[in-house]
Amino acid sequence: MTQHDSGVTFGYLDEQTKRMIRRAVLKAVAIPGYQVPFAGREMPLPYGWGTGGIQVTASIIGPDDVLKVIDQGADDTTNAVSIRRFFRRVTGVRTTEHTTEATLIQTRHRIPETPLGPDQILIYQVPIPEPLRFMEARETETRRMHALADYGVMHVKLYEDISQYGRIAKAYDYPVMVNGRYVMAPSPIPKFDNPKMHDAPFLQLFGAGREKRIYAVPPHTSVVSLDFEDHPFEVQSWDRVCDLCGADDSYLDEVVTDDAGGRLFVCSDSDYCAGRRAAGHEGPAAASAAGAALSETMTAVSREADGEGTP
Amino acid sequence: MDALALSSSSSAAPAPGLTDPVFDAQRLFRIALAALSRPGTVHPLPVDLDPPSPLTPWAGALALTLLDLDTPVWLDVGLDTPAVRDWLRFHAGCPLVATPEQAAFALVGRVADLDDLTRFAIGDPEYPDRSATVIAQVAGLEPGAGWTLTGPGIKGRARLSVDGLPSGFPDAWAENAALYPQGVDLFLAAPRHLAALPRSVTVEG
Repeated sequence: MTQHDSGVTFGYLDEQTKRMIRRAVLKAVAIPGYQVPFAGREMPLPYGWGTGGIQVTASIIGPDDVLKVIDQGADDTTNAVSIRRFFRRVTGVRTTEHTTEATLIQTRHRIPETPLGPDQILIYQVPIPEPLRFMEARETETRRMHALADYGVMHVKLYEDISQYGRIAKAYDYPVMVNGRYVMAPSPIPKFDNPKMHDAPFLQLFGAGREKRIYAVPPHTSVVSLDFEDHPFEVQSWDRVCDLCGADDSYLDEVVTDDAGGRLFVCSDSDYCAGRRAAGHEGPAAASAAGAALSETMTAVSREADGEGTP
Repeated sequence: MDALALSSSSSAAPAPGLTDPVFDAQRLFRIALAALSRPGTVHPLPVDLDPPSPLTPWAGALALTLLDLDTPVWLDVGLDTPAVRDWLRFHAGCPLVATPEQAAFALVGRVADLDDLTRFAIGDPEYPDRSATVIAQVAGLEPGAGWTLTGPGIKGRARLSVDGLPSGFPDAWAENAALYPQGVDLFLAAPRHLAALPRSVTVEG
């Protein structure tokens, strides 16, 4: 651990705020999938940039933690880099890009491809915590629907998808039933990641800053994606592999490489992709000019991120 | 009456609290979080703390980790002593309330009374988080023996033996679990070991 900025308290939040959030986290763990209201604070970045996840991380992080921050799976995007820099400054903790080294992983919109272990905590940034919000705008009503476990409206929504498109069209933030009781928004992760939440060995915490809600999924808890018997839940699949590392089991992003229709499909999880490439795996476009350029850019950005040690 | 005599009659300064309120509280919280998210696991106390008797070290440490001016606290007959009240008021600044149903946190020293959990707040159907957290001072904890626990946080089943709770506790806990998602959550604080039972967990005797 390096020294944290002496001008701010450890973790940026004051002790009373941390205690308030810690109490909310405990209630959230005790009632899996239930959204606990909390007195969200103004953070030094705007709503929508992960203020909920940051407040949860700031309240639980300690000097012995190793923090990883990802945005859409990548360690080297703006949101991830700035949040990592923020925590390095206000806590002095060690940060990492390697999934296996981290004790805390704050994420926007992905669950890492590398399986997490029991000593890791995954903290999600959540924009809209209420899964019923687009069907019912009133908080008083959605509260009551959760109280009565009255989730008919959600099934109607999924059914309407089937009648309109022939399938459930929701591809991210796909609703789940937690511990057989609460319907929960998994945050805008692709539905590809939903199966990783079920019976997971690690603790999952969710923070929504603008909406001021915290919720949780404890380890080894049932998380079932909603579906119908004749339209079972399915995850996305690709008929190709990662162009850089050749992985056939990871979530792929499409990257436009020129203005002549050139494109590559690469792992959204940058650490997973880099790890595979370092181990000698090669994708179909790894040797092409575009592939080499993309690979070099990713390495350069990550080198830069590693070098941002001094606050 | 002489004001000076009155103040000195409530004894000397309170015993010390956490050595490092920031980092000790963070460490203790993470252990409490681990205990609650993995029911049946037992965790030793990592700090030195000597709260006034009859408050025991882990219960006192948990109190200083979680309590402040926002948390109404109820002390049961086994813990309601002037020294404990002074210590909590001085270090945590928490309001002390007269009845268990008003409390966000209940500290229970006479755990033989825990064959009845209906005295505590269970929250509302729409806000089940507005329920009491009970910190019970038990005599001892042993993982891998005793009751069988199932529920969130447990792979398959876990076992936990608690020394000090009454034989009627599993029935009282079943009543509490039947209220789910309402209900109380329970921290079991042996002098130097901690375990927890969230309301979501089933206990079989």
